[in-house]
Amino acid sequence: MKLIPSPRHIPMLATAVVLVGAFSLGSALYPNFASWGVIRNLLVDNAFLGIAAIGATFVIISGGIDLSVGSVMAFTSILIASLIEQHGVHPIPASGLALILGAAFGLGQGALIQAFRLPPFLITLAGMFLARGLAFAIHPQSLGIRDPFIATTINESLTFSLPLGPRGIQIPLTVDLFIAAAIVAWLVLTGMRFGRAVHAIGDDEHAANLMGLPVARTRIAVYGISGFMSAFAGVVFALYQQSGDPASCKGMELDAIAAVVIGGTLLRGGVGSVIGTVMGVMVFGLIQTMIAFQGDLSSWWTRIVVGVLVLTFLVLQRGVEWVGRRRN
Amino acid sequence: MSTRSGSSSASSLRRLALPMAALLLLLLFNFLFTPGFFAVEVRDGRLYGTLIDILNHGSKIGIVAIGMTLVIATGGVDLSVGAVAAIAGAAAAHLIVSGSSPPVAIASGLILGVLAGAWNGILVTMLRLQPIVATLILMVAGRGIAQLITNGLIITYDSPTLTFIGNGSLGGLPFPVMMLAVVLAITAILARRTAIGLFVECVGDNAAAARMSGVPDRAVKLLAYASCGLCAGLAGLIECSYIRAADANNAGMLLELDAILAVVLGGTALTGGRFSLIGSVLGAMLIQILTKTLYMQNVSADIAPAPKALVVLVVCLLHSPALRQRLANLVSRRAGA
Repeated sequence: MKLIPSPRHIPMLATAVVLVGAFSLGSALYPNFASWGVIRNLLVDNAFLGIAAIGATFVIISGGIDLSVGSVMAFTSILIASLIEQHGVHPIPASGLALILGAAFGLGQGALIQAFRLPPFLITLAGMFLARGLAFAIHPQSLGIRDPFIATTINESLTFSLPLGPRGIQIPLTVDLFIAAAIVAWLVLTGMRFGRAVHAIGDDEHAANLMGLPVARTRIAVYGISGFMSAFAGVVFALYQQSGDPASCKGMELDAIAAVVIGGTLLRGGVGSVIGTVMGVMVFGLIQTMIAFQGDLSSWWTRIVVGVLVLTFLVLQRGVEWVGRRRN
Repeated sequence: MSTRSGSSSASSLRRLALPMAALLLLLLFNFLFTPGFFAVEVRDGRLYGTLIDILNHGSKIGIVAIGMTLVIATGGVDLSVGAVAAIAGAAAAHLIVSGSSPPVAIASGLILGVLAGAWNGILVTMLRLQPIVATLILMVAGRGIAQLITNGLIITYDSPTLTFIGNGSLGGLPFPVMMLAVVLAITAILARRTAIGLFVECVGDNAAAARMSGVPDRAVKLLAYASCGLCAGLAGLIECSYIRAADANNAGMLLELDAILAVVLGGTALTGGRFSLIGSVLGAMLIQILTKTLYMQNVSADIAPAPKALVVLVVCLLHSPALRQRLANLVSRRAGA
């Protein structure tokens, strides 16, 4: 009897099946696909998307949405690039300031949403405009970061080798940050009282209120976390690119939401997991990798395939809810 | 009956007061600080000037805002209008270049718009997906589809008919202004002289109650999304006509934002129900004047979204019942003490 999964876990199991299926398909179709190198690139190229998607997971479980993710990432990347290159600030305080600003930005959005009962998508849409404009106000073009601390210390010395494959693989710090963020977020969402409150608000805000949960504080905090994670993703993006760019990360919020949905988190709120999101990000990356391996397919197919996958998972979620209701 | 219509026109006037005031304020600002803002000249039987330019580009936003108003009034939202505009423009330009006649190309663009809107409507009504999510799918995939049509290239075409849509003029005014007038007139007649408008408001107020009272709520929603798709398709044609080319990557960029903001500025509540078509058109013009003012004050096109966002936040707060409640409480407490 225990072998039959509860309906709410079916979407996440489906994500795991899609992940394994996509990797197997890629390995069967293309030589050299099933290699440690491909897995390493999957992690390195999607670390910043993964961190942003983890932030989006909190918001979506709470029943909200955050459209400002990509703009906050771009703002952060150009802010730290400008602080380091134009104002001679050390990268660590520069990043710290960016993270504080990101969290404050998110908290501000959450406060407006909570205090004035405004729709989250509208407020975060305005936030998206605001952060993008501010990013361009800092510096109108992309700015390379040549600071030795980032180029040498972080991106070279803190990269470690894993003895996998014939030549071993190099794991940069950005991947460690992604994995660390995922573990912390998982612990917060599953083990802490705050995490249970986030689920409860997404499931039924009224009931959460009646249970005496701090609804207002939790909702504002959730957007603060999303803002912080967006800024964190922006820092990782700047490390990865070794530059800041006010025009970068356009549409990253959609990629993050898509990854969260593919990861089995219900968009109506209440159900979701960080593990699912990490798998969703990997599925997203695998689609891009497979289209690159195919060679003759244009990269726009990524958007179409992701759109179809999101639709499939949404239909699956509907089906699961329907089955759940019939059981009751 | 007369009291009802009397009170409703009074309340709609009240809702229009805010965008009107903002509009006048912006015009006053430009009158004082932007030299030549109100200069209009006639060349070749056609009006030229900053204001005419605003009317022209504001019409594109206004057309989308009218479709968006219907969708928002049913309690939904359509995030895919920018991507749908890109698809329509790409398809029309592609057909022209491959030798189709302009009417066929234009009709195909519009039909694709309707189909895209109907697809959104089906996801919302049949699969019962949240509108934000349902239209997000086409927002993500739509631009990919447009890229596939243009093969990732910018398609330039040579067709006087298609070029006329965005650049021609009729009675001295730019052709898009005429199209906006026609779209507004048709929608207003359908919405106010038939039961459709009432149905839309019922569904937006309370879909379950509307269904109980025999309103075909799914058909109404489907119609709203299809209309919105049609408007987005038309805007896509205008945009690809402006630049005499289809650019799948940039066409309709941020159009969904401008359209939603226009509707909100125009006083239609995002929660659905009562809507104002005139308000949305005013909102569209307001956004275009704001954009133009920023450009003329030498704010770069990249930074311009930031002040726009602040305006939106202020208007949303002013529209928010929660804020009004708080202010009312504050006033009554003062009065009590």
